[in-house]
Amino acid sequence: MTNGNYILRQVARYGLIYAIVTLFAVFAALPFFQMLVIAFKSDADFNNPRENIPFWFNEAPTNEHLTYLLEETQYLTFIWNSLLIGVFVVGITLVFATPAAYSLARLTGRQGERLGILIFLVYLIPPTLLFIPMSRVVSFLELQNSKWALVVIYPTFTIPFCTWLLFGFMKTIPKDIEEQAMVDGYSRFGAMLRVVLPLALPGLLTVVVFSFMLTLHEYIYALAFTTTSSEKPISVGVTTELVRGDVFFWQSLMAAAVFVALPIAVIYNLFLNRFVSGLTMGAVKG
Amino acid sequence: MPAVLYIVLLVGVPFALSIAYSFSDVTIGDQSIDFVGLETYERVVDNPVFQTSLVNNFRFTLFSQVLVTTLSIILALALAQDFPGKWFFRFLILLPWVTPIALGTVGWLYMLDTIYSPFDYVLRELGFLANVEGKGGFVRGLTDSLQSLGLVESDTALKLNCQVRGEREVCFFNMQWLGQDQTALGSVIAVHVWRMLPLSTVIVLAGLTSIPKDIRDAVAVDGVGHLRAFFEVTLPLIAPITGIATLFGLIYTFTDVTVIAVLTKGNPANETQVLPYWAYLKGIQGTNLAEGAAIALFMFPFLLVIAVLVLRFISRREVT
Amino acid sequence: MSVVETKALVKRFGDVVAVNSIDLRIEEGEFLVLLGPSGSGKTSLLRMVAGLEKPSDGQILIGGKDVTFMPPRARNLSMVFQSYALYPHMNVFRNISFPLKAEGLPYEERKKKVEWAASIFGIEHLLHRKPRQLSGGQRQRVALARAVVREPGVFLLDEPLSNLDAQLRATARDEIKQFQRRIGTTTIYVTHDQVEAMGMGDRIAVMHLGNMHQLGTPQELYREPADTFVATFLGSPPMNLVKKDSCIIGFHPEHFLPEDVLHPETATFSFAFEVTRVEYLGADRFLYGMVQGAEGPTRIISKVPSLVTLNFEAGRKYTFVVQESDLKYFDHASGKRIPPLPFTTVEPTAQAVVS
Repeated sequence: MTNGNYILRQVARYGLIYAIVTLFAVFAALPFFQMLVIAFKSDADFNNPRENIPFWFNEAPTNEHLTYLLEETQYLTFIWNSLLIGVFVVGITLVFATPAAYSLARLTGRQGERLGILIFLVYLIPPTLLFIPMSRVVSFLELQNSKWALVVIYPTFTIPFCTWLLFGFMKTIPKDIEEQAMVDGYSRFGAMLRVVLPLALPGLLTVVVFSFMLTLHEYIYALAFTTTSSEKPISVGVTTELVRGDVFFWQSLMAAAVFVALPIAVIYNLFLNRFVSGLTMGAVKG
Repeated sequence: MPAVLYIVLLVGVPFALSIAYSFSDVTIGDQSIDFVGLETYERVVDNPVFQTSLVNNFRFTLFSQVLVTTLSIILALALAQDFPGKWFFRFLILLPWVTPIALGTVGWLYMLDTIYSPFDYVLRELGFLANVEGKGGFVRGLTDSLQSLGLVESDTALKLNCQVRGEREVCFFNMQWLGQDQTALGSVIAVHVWRMLPLSTVIVLAGLTSIPKDIRDAVAVDGVGHLRAFFEVTLPLIAPITGIATLFGLIYTFTDVTVIAVLTKGNPANETQVLPYWAYLKGIQGTNLAEGAAIALFMFPFLLVIAVLVLRFISRREVT
Repeated sequence: MSVVETKALVKRFGDVVAVNSIDLRIEEGEFLVLLGPSGSGKTSLLRMVAGLEKPSDGQILIGGKDVTFMPPRARNLSMVFQSYALYPHMNVFRNISFPLKAEGLPYEERKKKVEWAASIFGIEHLLHRKPRQLSGGQRQRVALARAVVREPGVFLLDEPLSNLDAQLRATARDEIKQFQRRIGTTTIYVTHDQVEAMGMGDRIAVMHLGNMHQLGTPQELYREPADTFVATFLGSPPMNLVKKDSCIIGFHPEHFLPEDVLHPETATFSFAFEVTRVEYLGADRFLYGMVQGAEGPTRIISKVPSLVTLNFEAGRKYTFVVQESDLKYFDHASGKRIPPLPFTTVEPTAQAVVS
């Protein structure tokens, strides 16, 4: 009897858990699933929303819209722009954030942590507050309507964020190890280069991934500062060039979005735990 | 430190510039800064679109954050358990957060489309949406009840779409999710929730897993029911970190422009307009930098309050 | 106050058998200690009794009722955790009254009971503090008070003293034992510290790698260890084991004494003991050294009371003896206790002397 009750309770428990996660998973993933399906739908299938199930193929799938996307639009240019911007921003971020994080982590006492939090708060200043005067800076640098404007601007949010992340990683590297290297005859810089940086490598890798992701997520600067399609990065390119007036190229649009979104999602997921521990650093341990 | 210099140059200067702009009459055409006092602010505030935007900012932010916080706690409680297939569910649930917002929102653009929306298809199949077979063959579904719920204002709010299929003409109604005030607001909020839920969940989950196992066991042995255990132990213990998650969420949602820019562009008739996009329309598209800067600056006091709250959370943690 | 019984209780984690078919019966009001090194399965066993872990096989009965599949809260027991697991956001009063609240007692009664429990452990003045404002010893008392307040059928204590410093530990040990005597609640106490076990337990169950090696009173365990594991785990320093050709012989360090000191009542067994180091500990002297075993030199220890004034120097050989009645015999292969062998046959190196 007791055993029966136990089993009943377990079934109810798992039932509830699965019900909750399934519900949320469907809510979260449905748009992506739809995008995947629509991307391969033939015109005849797609254009009969009254009778055809939107969730699956009613006629044979086709890749003509993907071909159209690759051959007739500037999709590849957008991707190339995004990559270019990402690589340069990551480079700039590393050059600035690494020494900053290192010196913060080695500041004694609370002082370092306070400064770190201050830098993190800068990250919370949203681009939407700054993009208008930023246009002045952009025109001062004569970078109007150029992806290079984004390369200059994006580090304003990637540096604070990555400094904060790296700060956390560097703090976990014991000072002793570095002092050992200095006793062994290296300069402070040499010790940092040969001992601290290799140990911070996982942290650096995380920073690379996340500053890259942040540039991909950004929207308002790109929307404001790139106006010709040859300069646009992927998120602005897809949403402004492929959505034109009322004429939607739905299948190509869906393909454009989903084939960038999914690979990014997979990479991001691999680094997620580090990201979370970086973001909630301190907040959790309290 | 060079990093500080970089940030000051590219964050501090624009910020000062934006305050200067807001008291002047700068446009893209005429970049000289002539001070006009509060004139720009007066013009901005007098505009009814600005007023709707301001209200909308709060509406979107509060509604979606209340939902996000509540749902993320429920979801995190479920994900804190061990069950087969967990990684797969986790992957799916995190998707909205790990993909660029703009691209994810494009998916919703289709989901909420005036003709193709799959939601409409389901509603039609279930008989909830008025159904038209050819011309004249008019079968009322439960549109009336939708009307009485205030989801649909009148028949005219529903869009009648007709297509020629071979011999006959097929007509059907659609909800126009993004075309009516109420549903457009609801849709934008839903997409915000969709977008912010994963981050919040992940943070709350981190808080849950940081509760010592002994405490959870003690609750079990002390003979406490699930509900009481949740409200008296779990909730107070995850409150600080949930607070942080909520504050992050408030900032992101309050200043987000992407969802609106992709989904509605403020339509219908600026009913879903928000400050940052309105600033973009005025300042960049409308070339009136002064007004744009002034509009954007209206978000600043709110952000300041949040930032102070974040700092207080962090310093309280230092004390304990 | 209930009898706790486990029947063929098994817990597997994957391929690892943490608890291997344990049959145990803890009598009413008994103080039973589960003793073993880390990884011996003692905590898993306790957690199964608490209902925090689900057995892979077997049965648990509390007060004659099968509770194997019942949740912890249906078992009417309370538990003190190693970390005390006080609720950090509640003050001491709310911490102690929390289990009562679960029973739905009205505030007045809760207050009375909390005050009673607090008075047992002398923490009435701390009721309005938060756990983080308390010292380790105070936290431990709060945890005990929280366990007592419900007047449960069974107490479970999981290494409750291991976070205290050595001095506090001694007093706390005494306190726990005394209050248990007074209240008479059936208690299961997990520890890896044999001194704690010997001092507190009515009976001790010695566990190792999931198996129960011996169950008995402290005296039984010390005098008549069931196998070599129990023999070497108890006592400080532990029992000396020396391999002989057909068996292992064991004897406690305090029974291994210089020839001239011992006034044997039975036959004795003598060794050539090469002392390598002498340690003065006030009341006793520990002599570390070697004797010749079947497989070469074996390290053993002698505990010489301070009454013995003889002088010992490192590097010299002395003749030390053990009374035959103090010798234990263990099987070579299994380590299990075996009946005494006629020891004249044992002996190639040490000589048997009949006095």
